[in-house]
Amino acid sequence: MNASSYSIQSTQGNFGVFGGMYVPEILVPTLRATARAFEEAQTDPAFQQELKQLLSEYAGRKTPLYRCRNLATHTKAIIYLKREDLLHGGAHKTNQVIGQALLAKRMGKTRLIAETGAGQHGVATALVGALFKMKTRIYMGSKDMVRQALNVFRMRLMGAEVVAVDNGSRSLKDAVNEALRDWSENYSTTHYLLGTAAGPHPFPTMVREFQRVIGEEAKAQILEREGRLPDAVIACVGGGSNAIGMFTDFIPEKNVRLIGVEAAGHGLHTKKHGATLQKGKPGILHGSYSYVLQDEHGQIDESDSISAGLDYPGVGPEHAYLMTSGRAEYVGITDDEALAAFQTLSREEGIIPALESAHAIAYALKLAEASKIPQLLLVNLSGRGDKDVEHVIPQIVL
Amino acid sequence: MMNDRYQNMFSHLAQNIEGAFIPFVMLGDPTIKESETIIDTLIANGADALELGIPFSDPVADGPVIQRADYRALVAGVTPELCLDLIMRLRAKYPDIPIGLLVYANLIVYRGLKEFYEHAARVGVDSVLIADVPLSESASFIAAANNAAIAPVLIVPPNADDDLLRDVARLSQGYVYCLGRAGVTGADRMMEMTQTTKLTTLRELNAAPTVIGFGISTPEHVRMALNAGARGAIAGSAIVALIERHHKNPDALHTALASFTRQMKAATRLSTI
Repeated sequence: MNASSYSIQSTQGNFGVFGGMYVPEILVPTLRATARAFEEAQTDPAFQQELKQLLSEYAGRKTPLYRCRNLATHTKAIIYLKREDLLHGGAHKTNQVIGQALLAKRMGKTRLIAETGAGQHGVATALVGALFKMKTRIYMGSKDMVRQALNVFRMRLMGAEVVAVDNGSRSLKDAVNEALRDWSENYSTTHYLLGTAAGPHPFPTMVREFQRVIGEEAKAQILEREGRLPDAVIACVGGGSNAIGMFTDFIPEKNVRLIGVEAAGHGLHTKKHGATLQKGKPGILHGSYSYVLQDEHGQIDESDSISAGLDYPGVGPEHAYLMTSGRAEYVGITDDEALAAFQTLSREEGIIPALESAHAIAYALKLAEASKIPQLLLVNLSGRGDKDVEHVIPQIVL
Repeated sequence: MMNDRYQNMFSHLAQNIEGAFIPFVMLGDPTIKESETIIDTLIANGADALELGIPFSDPVADGPVIQRADYRALVAGVTPELCLDLIMRLRAKYPDIPIGLLVYANLIVYRGLKEFYEHAARVGVDSVLIADVPLSESASFIAAANNAAIAPVLIVPPNADDDLLRDVARLSQGYVYCLGRAGVTGADRMMEMTQTTKLTTLRELNAAPTVIGFGISTPEHVRMALNAGARGAIAGSAIVALIERHHKNPDALHTALASFTRQMKAATRLSTI
């Protein structure tokens, strides 16, 4: 950030200097009401009971922790996979959409809107829309609709309306813009079910709290299995919801490295990547002060990644805080490396990962190869790869 | 002293029993050069003040018409620096007209608050309104504005409560921007007359003069805004739509802009109703 005698400091939803509620004035009452409803729900046993029951009976929690039988067994590392890919819907997204949809009901909202990149959050929102009988509209960049056609069909099959967003980069960032515009008109009936741990307060906190079950379960599972904590916890970071869900319970465990893996796209030395924390600068996008990919005038840059879910020029403000405070490290994995890991995990373990999660797998494999002493690596396998198969067919020779 | 231009304008208009007509255009739409001639035409045909946007890549408070204006300007290579240079030329030509900026927060944060507001003051900007900084997050922006003698303008949406009205009355300078309706900018949906009691409250709180924007696209809307108690009306999307339709034909564009501005200005003359 430029040296300035006026540094911005939000008064709400802070992670160090990051976070805040930078939205048009008209959205403030709704965001405050959402924050209040969330705080009340957190201490309401009836709400927590219903959430827990749905996560178990409807979504299939808890998810397994799997010790890889073949992957990296030639190295000194042992890789564990937290199997969020086995959650109903095919990704970790389902955890928090159930929480937010229950909250929307509690606030008397009758309509859900959401943005989606890879389509996984759109699918998750569509399924809770069907479950709770709420009118559901999903905004999706037209570029993403082409590369994730299967998910578009799944959303429509479950009764959601999918609206193509044709402006800007025609991907996730523009879908968020469009959802915010819809919300500023329809806030009285509509809950904006934001899909990641970014956006204005209270979303970064609310999404983290609904996702932290991933890390809580994984911590207990690895302690039971190994009798000790992992040496490193690894998760991919787009907006950052699966990573913050996995990290949160490990943050107080100072001996556990927290590693977020961003999309290095064509390479961090190029302009074509989604490595917001490594290559961006502090700025305001989509309601919070965090790191942002931007040009030399403060215009938001377009990101690029083989994986639509990591193709985003912003990132959740808590990740900005975890990076600048030194608690977490953020690294990059290129499209080619992710694609290789996508195939490696499929062949070695019979598990097809989402391209997003393949970034985390790829970095875990690098760490494993470099291990000189025995290491326990815990990877969040945030989603399954069926949605990506059609997209990668032209790029893989079998 | 700051706000002189707004104060002078509003008191001068009040003497003549007139409201203010304030057109909004995007600086650099479709190019910096054409933008300057467009603004010349607006002023020549009766604009009382100017509300000017700096193009931004992600304008979340704007509807499709203004989004396309951002896009045209960005494609033409327009930068915040070029916009402020243009304002400097306008200020030299029009020393008395109030000039307000409407910007998104990242353009200010990127530049640095102090630097941005001081630069704006140097080129002759009177006020700055930030579309995505609500009052609750505005403290450091207002401090930087005050220090540079720029008037910070705050927004009153239809869902404003009494606390917000009180804070806006205390902090907004130059004028207060009242939204005519919910949603984003656009001329497709008309303003709604839900704001009358808020305008009264703001007057009782000794707020800066109120101006209504969002959904103002006809002379009838201007009259409605003034009859509801506003001191002026801002039209943006209706004007930007004319620029979009005619910018490849300058003669048609300037004829259309001149005629629209004259009609909107005529509607502010309450004495003639």
